[in-house]
Amino acid sequence: MELLENQPGKKIFLLGNEAVVRGLIEAGVGFVATYPGTPSSEVGGTLEKAAKPAGIYFEYAPNEKVAMEEVAASSASGVRSFTAMKHVGLNVASDAFMTVGYTGVRAGLVVMTADDPSAHSSQNEQDNRYYARLAGVPMLEPATPQEGKEMIKYAFELSEKIGAMVMFRTTTRMNHVRGVITLGDIPAERKTKGHFDKAPSRFVTIPSNARREHPELLKRLEKAEEIAETSPFNYILKGDGRVGIITSGVAYNYVMEMRNVLGIEPDVLKLGLTFPLPRKTLSDFIRAHDTLMIAEELEPILEKEVMVLAKDVKPSVRMVGKLSGDLPLTYEYNSEVVGSVMAKLYDVAIPYENEDLKGIELPVRPPTLCPGCPHRATYHALAKAMKALKIKPEDVVFSSDIGCYTLGIQEPFEMADFLLCMGSSVGAAGGFAQSSDQIPISFIGDSTFFHSGIPGLVNNLYNKHRFVYVILDNSITAMTGHQPNPGMGITGMHEVGQKIDIEAVVKGLGVEFVKVVDPYDIQPTMKLFKEALQYDGPAVIIARHPCALLEYRDKKRKGPVPVYTVNEEKCTNCHICVDTFACPAFVALPHVMSIDPAVCLGCGSCVPVCPFNAFEVLKEGEQ
Amino acid sequence: MKGSMSIEMVGVGGQGILLASKILGRAALNKDINVIMSEVHGMAQRGGVVVTSVRLGDAYSPLISDGSADILFGFEPVETYRGIRRLKKGGTVLMNLNPMVPIYVSLGKQKYPSIDEMVAEIKAHFPKTITLNATELAEEAGAAIAANVVMIGALSAVEGLPFTKEEMLEAVKQSVPPKVVDLNIKAFELGYSTVMNR
Repeated sequence: MELLENQPGKKIFLLGNEAVVRGLIEAGVGFVATYPGTPSSEVGGTLEKAAKPAGIYFEYAPNEKVAMEEVAASSASGVRSFTAMKHVGLNVASDAFMTVGYTGVRAGLVVMTADDPSAHSSQNEQDNRYYARLAGVPMLEPATPQEGKEMIKYAFELSEKIGAMVMFRTTTRMNHVRGVITLGDIPAERKTKGHFDKAPSRFVTIPSNARREHPELLKRLEKAEEIAETSPFNYILKGDGRVGIITSGVAYNYVMEMRNVLGIEPDVLKLGLTFPLPRKTLSDFIRAHDTLMIAEELEPILEKEVMVLAKDVKPSVRMVGKLSGDLPLTYEYNSEVVGSVMAKLYDVAIPYENEDLKGIELPVRPPTLCPGCPHRATYHALAKAMKALKIKPEDVVFSSDIGCYTLGIQEPFEMADFLLCMGSSVGAAGGFAQSSDQIPISFIGDSTFFHSGIPGLVNNLYNKHRFVYVILDNSITAMTGHQPNPGMGITGMHEVGQKIDIEAVVKGLGVEFVKVVDPYDIQPTMKLFKEALQYDGPAVIIARHPCALLEYRDKKRKGPVPVYTVNEEKCTNCHICVDTFACPAFVALPHVMSIDPAVCLGCGSCVPVCPFNAFEVLKEGEQ
Repeated sequence: MKGSMSIEMVGVGGQGILLASKILGRAALNKDINVIMSEVHGMAQRGGVVVTSVRLGDAYSPLISDGSADILFGFEPVETYRGIRRLKKGGTVLMNLNPMVPIYVSLGKQKYPSIDEMVAEIKAHFPKTITLNATELAEEAGAAIAANVVMIGALSAVEGLPFTKEEMLEAVKQSVPPKVVDLNIKAFELGYSTVMNR
């Protein structure tokens, strides 16, 4: 792996999240725990291969809260520690996160939150910069992969200098941007084992200790603000002085792009250490300008702080940002959004011009369950069972969860009615069981089950809520890029761990109706669903079949994989297959159904769907 | 290189656009040209729209604005048409004519438009439009999956790219698994010669 090379000065091409991993290697980090979540997932994905040769201990935790608790303990034991999570993952970890703000840290502790403006792969676009303020911990925000790598090292130094946990806040356009990275030194020594020196008055947060620690937290922030005034990540790019732009994170890239494109030269104050803010630097910058533009994505956090300062140092300054209505409060920025405001301030025009096509109507192409996906077979079997029992969609509530199976929301299944967050499928089922006259049917994946699917099940058992709990076990954390999880018994560093048996967990809690089935066997799966739908109590069905992409990859390693085709003599063009199963490999021709051999994964799960047995293996040599 | 160049890559998940963009990145790195690329990850591994922006040279933004792309690098006809707003006036379109039909079309909910009609309109607005059947050419080279490298070969023949054919081919060799290098060289050459001989 190129990112492991100890060749300072060498330039390599890395994804933002890979650059973060390189930063961890250069920073001498000894312990990393994470739970995957887009856009943070490649941090773990890269460490799966890189941790062992780099000498870092790495593991996947079942959820972000456990990871957070682990890194807090590891840091308190004297080992530099790191955890990464997506923005909503910090909601899960927040209980521990908030109190680590109070205890402070010993060895450096850095927490990465990967925010997702525009919610490309998320249920919301919350701005986690508020968490730094809520917990009272310093925060760094990179604009590019290279800066991210440098900031990781700086974050650990800062963390140890003031004894505080440091938040490293990225967004999708840093995590999933590839850029040229200049490698730095890798330390010769890496501490992975320390000793926990007991200090209960600090680490046991009983009320009397917590009350004493809160002022300590504030003192750490004072020190951090002093550092922010001279931090190399907070700097001014001098221009013509007509307009001053204050910016942070990836918004800086759009400001700089449009500074070049428009040929204008506003002064730019680029902030990287953004909490606590360097109030002296900011005040001087405000004083020096009559017009200020604030370029930050999502919430007007910088803008409000600048406004508070301006009230004292220069009340007459004109502020251009979100609160003035010039920039939006939603979605990620781009060069046009930021540039249109800059162009207006300098009275110039954006030189981009495109051609208007007359507008041929295009088909939409939302993400779909992959060809061969076992979840498709599960949904198909459930639809058949409901039809056989004359249960209409209005008679049930499909309580979905976070994972590939959320795509069951789409036609022809439309089996997602309610979704809040990880684990909500089963928690919400209790509410629906009590307060609606419908049968709740919860869908959850294996990884999400371990993450937060167990407490809801405990609740529904304890309080005797009737529901059908479908655990779609494809034995991998699929959607985020195939990370191992406790159900596989393979660890983050690809070693053998203890395999946690979902069936045993569920039975151990006391569920009486627990059945395991391979959803590719559509008839038995349908029969089980019929039983579950008629069962008066919590009914658990574990639909177990490996992720089709991995199964295909494994098969391909062993030899050519035959694909399927439609026997045109048998096909009656009835469309039952596409209407009830809808594999993306199906292509409806005017007179007959067909299978696109470039899309088919040769799984054969469509075979039992056709009442006329028209799906057949394409003879070898024809594919 | 002087200034910057923006290449917007559009297509469908599973078409190998990520690898194609990495090949471009590799070519830039080999030549010490600055490169920034923005990708889409997450939600569905396959079947969804994929857009990758490649910026070469003097660039800050990882995203390409409407009306500013120099080249629209289209791996699928409908997605090329959808992405045309990114292209600047007089820009170059390089498009694969082999369609990926969304399942909603087979479900009878939507229609896949006439490819000829889309191409005709694109050509009327952008005289520098090059079309090829990349998937068919890849099959000729030995595997439909190599269509992305056919497209890279075709791109190498486009005027204005800051890389020579040899530099692009070298980047291909560095980026694909060793056991399929020969197949990919063949795919690359087919794409390159199709554009050169058109």
